[in-house]
Amino acid sequence: MTRRDLGLDDIESLAVGAWILGTGGGGNPYLPLLNMRALYREGCRVQLMDPSDLADGDWVGTVANMGAPLVGQERLTDSLTLARAVTVMEKHIGRRFVALMGMEIGGANGVRPFMAAAHLKLPVVDADTMGRAYPELQMTSVAVGGLAPYPLTGVDVRGFESIIVHKVPTWKWAERVLRKVCVEYGSVAATSQPPRTGAEVKQWCIHGTVTKAMAIGHAVRDAQRRHEDPVAAILGIEHGKLLYKGKVVDVERRATEGFLRGIARFDGLDDWRGSELTINFQNEWIIARRDGEPIAMSPDLICVLDSVSGEAVGSETIRYGQRVTVIALPPSSIFLSSRGLEHVGPRAFGYDIEFRSVFAT
Amino acid sequence: MRRIGIDVGGTNTDAVLIEDGKVAGAVKAPTSEDVTAGILDSLKALGASGVLVGKRIDGVMIGTTHFINAVVQRRHLTRVAALRLAMPASASLPPFCDWPEDLAELVRGGVWMVEGGHEYDGRLFMPLDEAAVAKAAQEMKAAGLKAVGISAIFSPLDPTHERRAAELVAAVMPDATITCSSDLGRIGLLERENAGLLNAALADLARDTIAAFESAIRESGIAAPLFITQNDGTVVEASQARRLPVYSFASGATNSMRGAAYLSGLSDAMVIDVGGTTTDVGQLKNGFPREANSVVKVGGVRTLFRMPDLLSIGLGGGSHVSLDPLKVGPLSVGYRLLKQGIAFGGRQLTTTDVAVAMGILPLGDRGKVAHLDKATCARVFDEAARMAEEAIDRMKTEAGDVPLIAVGGGAFLIPEKLPGVSKVIHVEHGDCANAVGAAIAQVSGECDQIFKDLPRRDAIAAAQGIANDRAVAAGADRKTLSTIESEDMPLAYLPGNSVRVRVRVVGDVAAG
Repeated sequence: MTRRDLGLDDIESLAVGAWILGTGGGGNPYLPLLNMRALYREGCRVQLMDPSDLADGDWVGTVANMGAPLVGQERLTDSLTLARAVTVMEKHIGRRFVALMGMEIGGANGVRPFMAAAHLKLPVVDADTMGRAYPELQMTSVAVGGLAPYPLTGVDVRGFESIIVHKVPTWKWAERVLRKVCVEYGSVAATSQPPRTGAEVKQWCIHGTVTKAMAIGHAVRDAQRRHEDPVAAILGIEHGKLLYKGKVVDVERRATEGFLRGIARFDGLDDWRGSELTINFQNEWIIARRDGEPIAMSPDLICVLDSVSGEAVGSETIRYGQRVTVIALPPSSIFLSSRGLEHVGPRAFGYDIEFRSVFAT
Repeated sequence: MRRIGIDVGGTNTDAVLIEDGKVAGAVKAPTSEDVTAGILDSLKALGASGVLVGKRIDGVMIGTTHFINAVVQRRHLTRVAALRLAMPASASLPPFCDWPEDLAELVRGGVWMVEGGHEYDGRLFMPLDEAAVAKAAQEMKAAGLKAVGISAIFSPLDPTHERRAAELVAAVMPDATITCSSDLGRIGLLERENAGLLNAALADLARDTIAAFESAIRESGIAAPLFITQNDGTVVEASQARRLPVYSFASGATNSMRGAAYLSGLSDAMVIDVGGTTTDVGQLKNGFPREANSVVKVGGVRTLFRMPDLLSIGLGGGSHVSLDPLKVGPLSVGYRLLKQGIAFGGRQLTTTDVAVAMGILPLGDRGKVAHLDKATCARVFDEAARMAEEAIDRMKTEAGDVPLIAVGGGAFLIPEKLPGVSKVIHVEHGDCANAVGAAIAQVSGECDQIFKDLPRRDAIAAAQGIANDRAVAAGADRKTLSTIESEDMPLAYLPGNSVRVRVRVVGDVAAG
């Protein structure tokens, strides 16, 4: 069984890469990264495990935080609380996990499984269920695969561990019920998502996403050190596509049904001078239009990057005047099936258009 | 209205008198080691020019880099007790956890974490553990600590726990300097707490420095209240700056931009401030510098300070020039220009030497730089212009041509025409723009808070009311208040109509 020991530098790269794969949402991984630095100082270490090394009958725990990133900025995610969400789940199902996995590689949740793993001395599987960040629980590869949307646990740092969603009929119900609990807790909860068997991870989860995030983060950090173009460095290692360079000229935000929706407008620079780009968002960047024509849309990953640092710019913090470069990265093929597109295609976000991949030639 | 503005810079201490909207006098004196002597010298020089005779001065406004230098150079800092009211949350990331280790070693006097704090909607997160706070205070006292920084979850929304804890600490340690993070605003526990801890660490220095400012003014014979300029181009009364010195961290660059706006009469323009070593480029919006987004690091510590968004490049009047291959800056002779520049008998070719050779600056000995031919000089100036152009383009937020105000002692490097610039404006007294900016500074108030179940318009109005009250408390004349920033953000994932509103208002300093 091959397991890779991760150094703190790998985690630093993971944080940068996960924020980029957050495609505008998921929250900045800075606080989880600080937790990891503290855990490494205390001597904890984490390991990465290849999904193919799981036995079909192994059980894997899925870790994620749910809630408003803003509340996280005040409560400062606690690593032990994430570990509790996992142990409450183990107790509920009466099984021990052989490994943990993230629900969402994009944003702060890309780093959180490692916080729990450091305490529980479990490896983390090099996979997740989104390959990016998405706003809702049914927007995952395991939901597309029709896997069970239960059980779920939600834990609050004050010792509320009473929340176990034993059974719900659909992923949308899982989202609704857990979201309510999370709101009562103060709009933040450490959760353990439905446990997965090794067979399920191998068939329905998105493989290699932790490695991918680390590689992207490493490329950006390396380019920063060498004073080279970090965006070019990303495109050099990923099969991405440069969409646009420009400046933010307007950001319009509104909260609807508990999400941050809105539209960001950009004026072109360099080769894009005279051309306007708009990106609609629901926490994450969903659809980009150039001069009115859709040029990229979910499930393709739309990443808005700071043109100088190459680091991600989030929909909550993007502001007038920022100079950004917009790139697209390819999604997991699971989302490109007709079932996949029902879950995360443009219509899942209320845009009545046919999905057209930016990578279709 | 008659005010004196003073900028205590690294090289010079500049002083200007603004009278009836005009610069009535401007002087420069070398900055002294103890700061006070430089201020006194500049005030004496201003007095010697005769402009102050028989006049009542309404205020002396001082801008200084003293506090930020203390943090950057790790000098004159007080040890601080950190008291956080947030348990059981946040336990894995204690106070000082993201500070550079050397600075933490100097400042960390001890960490106490007890139960307390609020939710985003005003509910209690945990009741305040008063017994634990009292016990912590006893331990702080026993450890000989004199400065305390207190933080609590969501204290910008509800500061009651921080205030109650401050009372309990003061009961045990009546002489302690206590900073509550809610006084420093903004959501983000770690960054707000960092600002509070830095503030507490500067408490002794702020007290001594401001006392020195006051005695310098007294000694100069000027009877006027003292104001200190802040990072955002506004001022506070000396007493408030003594309490919250972190807000006066980085006022130099801001003052230059505000001075540029005043001297040119423009409120929306790009500003280029060319000093001896570096050039700062920023953008004026409504007469104030555009602020940097969210996180600003000070001496390696993450904070959420209001700071101008500036781009600094290594170009200035003292920049080294090499001709083959052509290179200008980033090295500089700095304040040694008058000794080391070739036109002054030194050996280092600088941008100032080139300007002397071209006959632009009537300084030094033009004969010493006669070997520089016209074409060579033009190449050097073209390079400086190219560097300026690139920096301006990076900071511009609109595609069209914009006006550019050139200030600072090295402003001669900026040509009359630049691509992307509609016109270049050189102003009289531009070399003292920072002191002018200090003299004309206004007072501000800010509110950054989450409002729940209020229509958007009412939430903004409520925030405006709070910001207005804070500006008045800081010394503003209520009649002159105007809103210069208003930003609202509905909160993702929070139920109901939660909206985070940030409003900033400014007004003139209240008379008397």
